[in-house]
Amino acid sequence: MSQFLQQIVNGLSLGSIYALIALGYTMVYGIIKLINFAHGDVYMIGAYTAFIVTTYFGFSFFPALITCMVVCGLLGVLIERIAYRPLRHSPRITALITAIGVSYVIEYTTAYFMGSEKRTYPQLLSNASFQLGPIKISTQQIYIFLITIVLMLLLQFIIQKTKMGRAMRAVSTDENAAKLMGINVDNTISFTFLIGSALAGAAGILVGIYYNSINPLMGMVPGLKAFVAAVFGGIGSIPGAMIGGLFIGMAETMVIAYGSSLYRDAIVYAILIIVLIVKPTGLLGKNEREKV
Amino acid sequence: MKGNMWKVLAAGTMALTMLAGCSSSSTGKEETGKKLNEGDTVKIGLNFELSGDVSSYGQAERNAAQLAIEQYNERSDTKFKAEGVEVDDKGDAAESTTQAIKLIEEDGVAAIVGPATSGASIATYEVATQNNTPVISPSATQVNAMMNGETPYEYAWRVCFEDSYQGAAMAIYSADTLKCKKAAIINETSDYGQGLANQFETTFKEHGGEVVAHEQYNAGDTDFASMLTKIKDSGFDVLYIAGYYSEAGLIIKQAREDGIDCPIVGADGFESEKLVQLAGKENLNEVWYTTAYTTVNASDELNAFIDAYTKKYDQAPNMFSALAYDATNLVLDQLEATGATGEELNEAIKKANFEGITGSFTFDEKTHTPVKSVMVVNQVDGVQTEATEVKVD
Repeated sequence: MSQFLQQIVNGLSLGSIYALIALGYTMVYGIIKLINFAHGDVYMIGAYTAFIVTTYFGFSFFPALITCMVVCGLLGVLIERIAYRPLRHSPRITALITAIGVSYVIEYTTAYFMGSEKRTYPQLLSNASFQLGPIKISTQQIYIFLITIVLMLLLQFIIQKTKMGRAMRAVSTDENAAKLMGINVDNTISFTFLIGSALAGAAGILVGIYYNSINPLMGMVPGLKAFVAAVFGGIGSIPGAMIGGLFIGMAETMVIAYGSSLYRDAIVYAILIIVLIVKPTGLLGKNEREKV
Repeated sequence: MKGNMWKVLAAGTMALTMLAGCSSSSTGKEETGKKLNEGDTVKIGLNFELSGDVSSYGQAERNAAQLAIEQYNERSDTKFKAEGVEVDDKGDAAESTTQAIKLIEEDGVAAIVGPATSGASIATYEVATQNNTPVISPSATQVNAMMNGETPYEYAWRVCFEDSYQGAAMAIYSADTLKCKKAAIINETSDYGQGLANQFETTFKEHGGEVVAHEQYNAGDTDFASMLTKIKDSGFDVLYIAGYYSEAGLIIKQAREDGIDCPIVGADGFESEKLVQLAGKENLNEVWYTTAYTTVNASDELNAFIDAYTKKYDQAPNMFSALAYDATNLVLDQLEATGATGEELNEAIKKANFEGITGSFTFDEKTHTPVKSVMVVNQVDGVQTEATEVKVD
């Protein structure tokens, strides 16, 4: 039993990270119906930004976190402005392929400047751990949970209560109608990229600290898994992305615990296949009728 | 080392290799070596992973090989001048074959040193043997890497021990010296990881131990928390990690933070300054691994090499550089002694009694692998303080 509880803690910390990345996928999809495959690489840039500011400029954790979120947010806006905006009314497949291209550009530009070898962080957070009854939880895991929860609450607040959030919801429901109502669609889309990418940046620094190992291709696999999480939760749905992320993290952990560690990736993709066959809209996705 | 994922590529390479074989025989290139005249410049091919995933190994070896050649040329008592011809195999087996053909046919090298990894090395053995050009792999540790079926490739050699040998050495050390009874094994799903893990398990059992848990991971994994939580209660008193530093470092870190404080042992995949950065130096206690190279109790020759290397490249050498230095010197010594290339040079290598910085050795003619002892080194706060020689019976 204690092992089971401990595995839940492991699953939650992994899942929180997937959830943070999945949010960016889902927000971007919700608003412009684009699977932004470069999103995993924005997360990688977050990890590298944190590496640079902590190693070379000696930032402590919170300033580094803020810097990462700002840098990634701006990068997200830049990617949208340069790569996706000119293609906004092209067929979806064009934008999708562009997204894959952007992903490679980011990965190999980073590899060129930072080298392709693994990098490690200086110690930013204590790795002391606490014994809570039968389970053991480390300071770093607590930070991951808390930061994920705070950021998600903040996101809910922005989307539900602010003017910009209302504009985002409006654009996501019907872009043309939103435009007629006087909403600046371009700015709203930029803002969505800003928020989504900033969350990925936060995930980047958290992963960097937790695993203490980053490399230019680190975004690929977590990016894909977060995408699966977003699909599982219902792509376009924000609470869905959170639930999906936690579920994927938990599924992966439980497969290792009670099956074989070699199936950890297989289970994630198996979930994707099952969701697409059984309930393509995902857990909380809306069943929209195709507009003709 | 790192003979993993290249199997598929190696298969593809076979086709290339056969083509190469055809071309060399059709052009009638059947010479079996030539005599050298005093003062001749002898070309030595340096085929290394200068770019790609394992470029850190290849670059370290290239540097050391060039250093050996430079030192040879600086000596006044030598008969020939040596020249290193560098090529980049990009860590790719097919590319490695292509580069070996180029070195042999276009540059006319007397021998090839490299590549660093097993997959890329094996891909050159066929062409080398067909063209009577010895190839010496500094660190191709994969089990049976030198074998072409039942017999070894005639012109292929290595100066490192085999993975299974390391696995056996560590099992003996764990059972007899550390007095461990129950082992948990975590290995990478590669030839390297599986070769080590299987041999460790077999030998550990022979020495009275038992294996109570066995887990595997893929190269590139970063999260080991659930795996460690799973095996934690199995009651092991030694943890064998058969993999490379990039994952082993993380496993050690996560295991120590998870309260696993028994000895953690491993193989030469741990050999990297990155291990300390990844695991954290406070976690690197009660950690041992097998290696061919240690600076603890270094000989004068080894110290001289370390000084020269550090002076030239502004960084400390590692196991890979030491092995490549030995491999290059082995070739240079035999060239100097025989004054011939081809068959005669190869015969001389076969009979060599070589004294290198990674130990003295002769070749086992059945496997083309040196007979040398394995070093087990410890870690105290991430620093080696002791080295013990282990012999495998």
